Amino acid sequence: MAVKEEVIDILNTIIGEDISDQMDEDFFDNGLLDSMATVELLLDLEGKFDIQAPVSEFNREEWNTPNKVIAKVESLIG
Amino acid sequence: MLNLQPYADPKYFVFLLLALAPLAIGLYFGKRFVWYEVVVSLAFIILMFDGKKYHEGFAIIGYMIWQWLLVWGYTLYRQKANRGSVFYVATALAILPLFLVKLAPAAHWTHVSTLLGFMGISYLTFRSVGMILETRDGSIKSFDPWLFLRFMLFMPTISSGPIDRYRRFTKDITTVPTREKYLEMLEKAVWYFFLGFLYKFVLAYIFGTLLLPQVESFALAAGSIHHGWTWWLIPVMYSYGLDLFFDFAGYSLFAVATSYVMGIALPMNFDKPFLSKNLKEFWNRWHMTLSFWFRDYIFMRLVFLMMKKKWFKSKVTVSNLAYIANMLIMGFWHGITWYYITYGLFHGVGLVINDAWLRYKKKHHVPHNKFTEGLAIFITFNVVMVSFLLFSGFLDKLWFKP
Repeated sequence: MAVKEEVIDILNTIIGEDISDQMDEDFFDNGLLDSMATVELLLDLEGKFDIQAPVSEFNREEWNTPNKVIAKVESLIG
Repeated sequence: MLNLQPYADPKYFVFLLLALAPLAIGLYFGKRFVWYEVVVSLAFIILMFDGKKYHEGFAIIGYMIWQWLLVWGYTLYRQKANRGSVFYVATALAILPLFLVKLAPAAHWTHVSTLLGFMGISYLTFRSVGMILETRDGSIKSFDPWLFLRFMLFMPTISSGPIDRYRRFTKDITTVPTREKYLEMLEKAVWYFFLGFLYKFVLAYIFGTLLLPQVESFALAAGSIHHGWTWWLIPVMYSYGLDLFFDFAGYSLFAVATSYVMGIALPMNFDKPFLSKNLKEFWNRWHMTLSFWFRDYIFMRLVFLMMKKKWFKSKVTVSNLAYIANMLIMGFWHGITWYYITYGLFHGVGLVINDAWLRYKKKHHVPHNKFTEGLAIFITFNVVMVSFLLFSGFLDKLWFKP
């Protein structure tokens, strides 16, 4: 599976609904993701892609939409 | 001897703006006069801690040397190794002075308060502990003694925030905003100063200076007859809560405005908190730099640790424990008294209930319209006001120290 699909998969599981039609929606603004879910996301990404994303590197403005998360993960893998 | 408390009276603003004018002119022409800024900041800090407050002046110097050595030492260590135990010791040592100062009143150590205490110690502690945590994460890689001092002792926020973050702050302080951006900041600064005047010198004056002492004395008089319960607690609650907001939001506006004049985009501290529809939203709008500090450095780290080590099966248990721990620590930080700790617990439990309700709502498609939204705002506002009555310590006076 490509990175994109895997990230969407993880997000869907954490959020509990399909987000593939709202790839540029800010999920902190619309309340879909809270701090708790954010940590789940970081842990799942760490487990899946073997990347290090410490909490203090987590800048909300850089992680607030599905597309941005995908870009972030791709840059951390690369 | 001249002593100037930040944003306390009109005189302060006159001195402040006159002193900052050359800096503003420099920024307008694309220059940051670092030396001038340092001298002016130092002068205002000295004026804050001189005269009768000289012992606070000594305390802050000692405190700064302590933190300077700690953060520097930890950064040097972190460049070579990364053991958890060293990190915990460094964090504990960074918190130690604040811990002793907070413990002193409860333990009746008056000499400790005089020796170590100074106005703003808790805000400085947030900054240095934040730096240690980010150094542990590898987000801060080196120690710059000069930037460290400018960050810790940033004059507009020295006594009570907003709480900035090192990496954000240093990005601003080492650059100059474009002229367009700077003019925008100046425009906002003017607006924030005037809004701050309205909040602090008009509204907080009405609620805190005119109303509150009146209704408090009625409540104390009625409470002494009726075993501490009186309807006067209701006006006490609202006057105190509104005074707290307007006083602190006013102060924060001054701090943000001043730092804008200095070309630093300090984060805002309040975002219409009384329009929140639930407690969780409230903490995203009330004293934001503090609650975000707690969210990022305590709540999220605690959740991260608990989930990574798989201490609990249920995610709900993890988040509930983290909420309660987070808010209890915030309660203790305010001071070691029954009412601050109860206030923390109240908000911890409140967030747990709030989260349970949000989960229920997601599952059961609860109706949602303008009316339910209004009701939610009303309930949230009143829950918060009750918590502020606890926080005020007035109940302590009414019930236990009549």
